[in-house]
Amino acid sequence: MIQLSGITRIFHMGDQRINALDHVDLKIQNGEYVSIMGPSGSGKSTLLNIIGLLDRPDSGDYVLDGKTVTDLSEAEQARIRREKIGFVFQSFHLVPRLTAAENIELPLILSDIPPKERITRVNNALRAFDLFDRALHRPSELSGGQRQRVAIARATIMKPTAILADEPTGNLDHQIGAEVISLLENLHESGTTIIIVTHDRELGNRAHRQLMLRDGKILADKRHDAD
Amino acid sequence: MTLTDTLRLSFSAILSYRTRSLLIVFAMALGVAAVVVLTAIGDGARNYVINQFSSIGTNLLVVLPGRAETSGAFPGAVLGQTPRDLTLKDAQLLGRLPQVRRYAPLNVGEAELSAANRLREVTVLGSNAELIPIRHMKLAQGSFLAHGSAYSAQIVLGAKLAQDFFPLSHAVGQRVRLGENRFLVSGVLAPQGESMGFNTDEIVIIPVEQAQSLFNTTSLFRILVEAKSHNQIDSAKNAILETLKHSHDGEEDITVITQDAILATFDRILHALTLAVAGIAAISLIVAGILVMNVMLVAVNQRTAEIGLLKAIGAHAKDIRNLFFAEALWLSLAGAMIGFLLGQLGSLILRLAYPQLPAWAPVWASLAGILVALITGILASMLPANKAARLNAVEALSKK
Repeated sequence: MIQLSGITRIFHMGDQRINALDHVDLKIQNGEYVSIMGPSGSGKSTLLNIIGLLDRPDSGDYVLDGKTVTDLSEAEQARIRREKIGFVFQSFHLVPRLTAAENIELPLILSDIPPKERITRVNNALRAFDLFDRALHRPSELSGGQRQRVAIARATIMKPTAILADEPTGNLDHQIGAEVISLLENLHESGTTIIIVTHDRELGNRAHRQLMLRDGKILADKRHDAD
Repeated sequence: MTLTDTLRLSFSAILSYRTRSLLIVFAMALGVAAVVVLTAIGDGARNYVINQFSSIGTNLLVVLPGRAETSGAFPGAVLGQTPRDLTLKDAQLLGRLPQVRRYAPLNVGEAELSAANRLREVTVLGSNAELIPIRHMKLAQGSFLAHGSAYSAQIVLGAKLAQDFFPLSHAVGQRVRLGENRFLVSGVLAPQGESMGFNTDEIVIIPVEQAQSLFNTTSLFRILVEAKSHNQIDSAKNAILETLKHSHDGEEDITVITQDAILATFDRILHALTLAVAGIAAISLIVAGILVMNVMLVAVNQRTAEIGLLKAIGAHAKDIRNLFFAEALWLSLAGAMIGFLLGQLGSLILRLAYPQLPAWAPVWASLAGILVALITGILASMLPANKAARLNAVEALSKK
């Protein structure tokens, strides 16, 4: 469970102080499907980065699965990212010189999983995301949809409790984007928490819970039950 | 991340940035090769000089008249004295010392050698039969002052002289004229070429008594003494000084130079020179290190997004630092190895081009070159690696 209370994040732009997040309180249960929407600069990505432990709040508490993680050391936060959180980015962020299989393998390498087990898990992931015949291709040889599938396979290979997706369809056309979303929704159905940051209202409305952000504050928190 | 994975991943990064990697490896290799080749030249020169010096004799001591003072003039000079000459009698006294294996008195002069309608000015050595073994010279034909002929008018010709004067016939047994006197050619020296700036192929050797009468003198130019063993050089030196002081009425007016001391001095000087040259070459390694730093900094910039991603998927700062370290290590290792091979190749070419120069790089220099390359490479990668490890993940990810 993700519990944020009084989270504030301030950026300094020259003399200006920008409250990217202004005393945000938020609770997300495990297994929820949440979309975060709002205009540019409303603090959507900052909120996602703080939930993903990529960024530290200037004040406020963050309790993840009953444990306060705000004050953890860099190394401990890295471990939590590795074990509990999977990231999916708008621009995929694949390592260009590594093959699809090697990109998917990276989190396993960082977690010191033995090579034999790595191969089995990567092969399973390749099959699950329909990438088996693309295993040895580099990102530059893959289509946008394939790249994002590799990225999702990489995000899920450690079986995280939450997938954080920042505009996952932003660089994809409508149809391919819909395919990627249905992949994420499948993960949600198998119990993974999904948090999506998006501009796209239609996409955002598919989530069972929608957060509207403006000027670093949560403006609205709507829920509707699964269809 | 395990060590194997770190090494593997960093190696794949090196392969994918080929130009950059080749540049670094090339710079490192040049530095190491410079160390290897320059020290090979330095050490080769040292060995060349020492071989030359060793080849003039073994356990050699040279006695010369006059005292080499560290300051001031010859003490007797104010009283109108000149240093006493060395005489044949002195030489014979030295021959009786227990530390001395053999001795050769030496007179040197110039005289006209003529035979078979040819005439030329030659350098004349006057000595005894021991000169040949003491100076490590060899006779190609005949003998010099064989037993029972100590005072006879015989002459040994240098190889080139024998060839020039008697191109068609055996020189041994021919008669030649040296100055006013007639000599019988008793032997010919084997060709030896130049040694210590002295061409033994164009000299003649006659008995010392004949030389003294030819040059109308009773004094000797030098006495060459060979000690019985290396250990006895010092005691021989003292005994010689003592003996000649005694025979010169208590005046210590001679100088004894040991071949060993000269060798040691040359060895020290040339060794220092090799070290200096190695130091200069090592500067090029430092320059290579700075290039490594530069290129690694560019690499960190190029791969900012990748570093951000690694952080997002759970890499420690330590993992990222190690990745860049490992890259620098691979590059320096490759540079050092290639440089070492290039250096050995360069030394080999030098040895082929100048066979008299034994241009072998000393082991310490090769090891030091490789080690300095590795250390500079790793030191130079510290700043870029730390910069990469400290990158802010959010900012790094937002960079393209």
